[in-house]
Amino acid sequence: MIDTLTHLDRLEAESIHIMREVMADAAKPVMLYSVGKDSAVMLHLARKAFYPSPPPFPLLHVDTTWKFKAMYELRDRMAAESGMELIVYQNPEAKERGINPFDHGPLHTDMWKTEGLKQALDLHGFDVAFGGARRDEEKSRAKERIFSFRTASHGWDPKKQRPELWNLYNARKAKGESIRVFPISNWTELDIWQYIARENIPIVPLYFAAPRPTVERDGLLLMVDDDRFPLKDGEVPVERSVRFRTLGCYPLTGAVESEASTLSEVIQEMLLTTTSERQGRIIDKDGGDASMEKKKQEGYF
Amino acid sequence: MADPVYVTDALIAEDIDAYLAGHEKKSLLRFITCGSVDDGKSTLIGRLLYDSKMIFEDQLAALEADSKRVGTQGQEIDFALLVDGLAAEREQGITIDVAYRFFTTEKRKFIVADTPGHEQYTRNMVTGASTADLAVILIDARKGVLTQTRRHSFLAHLIGIKHIVLAVNKMDLVGYDKTVFERILLSYRAFASEIGITNFTAIPISGFKGDNITALSDNMPWFKGPALIEHLENVEIGAAADEAKPFRLPVQWVNRPNLDFRGFSGQLASGKVRPGDAVRILPSGKTTTVDRIVTLGGNLDEAVAGQSVTLTLADEVDCSRGDVIAAADNPPEAADQFEATLVWMADEAMIPGRAYWLKLATQSVSATVQAPKYEINVNTLDHLAAKTLDLNGIGVVELSTDKPITFEAYGDNRTLGGFILIDKLTNATVAAGMLHFSLRRAQNVHWQASDVDRDMRANLKNQRPALLWFTGLSGSGKSTIANLVEKKLHRMNRHSFLLDGDNVRHGLNRDLGFTEADRIENIRRVGEVAKLMTDAGLIVITAFISPFRAEREMVRAMLPAGEFIEVFIDTPLAEAERRDVKGLYKKARAGQLKNFTGIDSPYEAPENPEIRIDTTAMTPEEAADLIIDRLLG
Repeated sequence: MIDTLTHLDRLEAESIHIMREVMADAAKPVMLYSVGKDSAVMLHLARKAFYPSPPPFPLLHVDTTWKFKAMYELRDRMAAESGMELIVYQNPEAKERGINPFDHGPLHTDMWKTEGLKQALDLHGFDVAFGGARRDEEKSRAKERIFSFRTASHGWDPKKQRPELWNLYNARKAKGESIRVFPISNWTELDIWQYIARENIPIVPLYFAAPRPTVERDGLLLMVDDDRFPLKDGEVPVERSVRFRTLGCYPLTGAVESEASTLSEVIQEMLLTTTSERQGRIIDKDGGDASMEKKKQEGYF
Repeated sequence: MADPVYVTDALIAEDIDAYLAGHEKKSLLRFITCGSVDDGKSTLIGRLLYDSKMIFEDQLAALEADSKRVGTQGQEIDFALLVDGLAAEREQGITIDVAYRFFTTEKRKFIVADTPGHEQYTRNMVTGASTADLAVILIDARKGVLTQTRRHSFLAHLIGIKHIVLAVNKMDLVGYDKTVFERILLSYRAFASEIGITNFTAIPISGFKGDNITALSDNMPWFKGPALIEHLENVEIGAAADEAKPFRLPVQWVNRPNLDFRGFSGQLASGKVRPGDAVRILPSGKTTTVDRIVTLGGNLDEAVAGQSVTLTLADEVDCSRGDVIAAADNPPEAADQFEATLVWMADEAMIPGRAYWLKLATQSVSATVQAPKYEINVNTLDHLAAKTLDLNGIGVVELSTDKPITFEAYGDNRTLGGFILIDKLTNATVAAGMLHFSLRRAQNVHWQASDVDRDMRANLKNQRPALLWFTGLSGSGKSTIANLVEKKLHRMNRHSFLLDGDNVRHGLNRDLGFTEADRIENIRRVGEVAKLMTDAGLIVITAFISPFRAEREMVRAMLPAGEFIEVFIDTPLAEAERRDVKGLYKKARAGQLKNFTGIDSPYEAPENPEIRIDTTAMTPEEAADLIIDRLLG
């Protein structure tokens, strides 16, 4: 038995359907763009969904000023290529107070990302925001809807979420309420990689192994991406062949030692590896087992 | 149990490109698992993830620690913990509908819908099953076919799942006894044929021990297969059948980047399409041919069911979101009255006669549902008389839409036959429905066009028709002010008619009581009568408590824009009760009157009335003058 459409074809068609469906009810949609591999796939899907029109919404990068340099480069290039408006938002209060991951711990994520996102959405009056979260990333995400409702204060109330039947999405909302839409909910990490390979989607070179200056801290390998990285006494950056499985703020993102320098090798390493994707990020662990869920209720994606 | 052998492991390590080439060709099967924790459902899903290597070492370490701490399997791994849910659910005991899990085998990628919990079971299972090709129904071998087995099977069948797998679990606890399995098989077969399931596959398993999951188990040599995974890998998915059906594309979005390009974007609900194919646009019925199938990767020679594409057409025909592009020689029907099965999903019960938004494919219309013909008891499958449907209630209903929708029977086409109902005020999804057929009277009763139209009638009277809709609490002064307004209009030679709440209940609506449903029907009839009178050119004045916003909005929607004028007679409850002109509040307070607005039935005040009258700040005369000023001014 041969099926005409492969699993990637079906996932792609589903995501495109979701993006187009949003356009029916949204007054002012926006696509959150974090420059990672999931964002890369999202942007590609949006271009496919609306071709030959450019995607009818801007990209929003909620910046922390602490991303890898290579991420900023790719961000600007992709915005130019897609013909989409790029909005970069940096929480002015975090900027003024000099909030950084070295001195402020969890406050860094809270102010730059959680608060920054809320401020940016309110400032521009966006009523629908596309996000690249996937259900396979983490336990609490497995039950997340594709259309996730947020109150006027961006809170997530598990009791208010709507059942999603067939491919019918109810995107109606009252004034002030907003929706986060996750078109790649049903994709797994392997699907993302395979699709990037199949469609030749540009991604940040940090996903591929190369010699990079690193230090080891609390069991994480951190890359010294610029001179803001405060070295402790006796700490000397060591050149290691590393790559990243996820990308965030460079002081919070652990690298893995690797020689995988092509997509196939990266996928191979991922399939043979023994730790899950989010393990390299510190964010999940603040506050124990249920921390991602708590963040979601507070308005983090 | 021995660890399963992974052929893929070797291939990934030795020739990743060959592995990826193979993986890229995999198809996708979506299935749902039905059963409770007691049946070992979570254990089975955990086992599937574990056996297909979807669990990483760090997760496994956490799992082993959790198993020892809170697990139910002693020192062994408790797979159920892998699929444990949200913290909120754990802490507050809330059950949150459906969780989706993913795993991959040699041949296929799988998406599993897992529906936890008992209380909300119907709603959750219907939600999870709506996207599934297959259902795995779990039975505890020690307990056999239970009421819940019947319920799960009925729901899976109701939602149209073609492939049913009966997984008889915990075979290790009955000594892998063949006769136990066969006895269950026999009793299930009898029940299944009763509800119309003609075909199912029964597999004896142990999710805990791993028997007959990935490979046939030595513990049950009498079972010749297939093992569960093997069956899931080989069962035929619905895609081929969907492609064989006639072409339908519900239009999602009109793609118009510039004046030279006009494309229609959507996902094929069924069939195939090629450039040059003759197509019909519904509901207009216009025909044309497909010019190109446009994608970012270039034009396609063909698109099939399930694909999201953009079509351009050979002719400039009207076509927008909600329209359906279909095979010209085999188009679907349009209708505005239907019989359907409804699954109620909201805490607030269904209100017969109330208007809800109905969304079917890309069409959104206003729809009213009548009281159920009958409700189905999901445990006994008995048909019961019912006036409404409560949360998790399933019933067969008739419904009508405010304009025709393009549809097919759910059994023929899930996309054009499945719909949701949305509450107009809260925007909550309150029900899922499956259309059976259109009712013949919708097809045969057509609008009779008359030569004298409403404008001509109004012009003869030298006035603009309008409906002054008074709303307010009992005793607020509606009738008094309405009466004054009509007297003044009469003196000004205006043709008017006052419909009074009490008077209408003596005649037209004498069969209606004061329940929520009856009050809604009362307003609906008054709305229809008022609409006929405005068609006749009259200025209609109505004085009804009309406590529910949704019904006032329903009447507003019946009339041309601007003709419905909502007049809110705003008298505070305390003041109305103090006046108590008819002595009704006293009776209501004494419990002699049930469902009295303001006392034991809610009043939803207008949010943006055209006219608001504060009776504590002006006399009835002043109020009447103000209303007439606004009406004629």
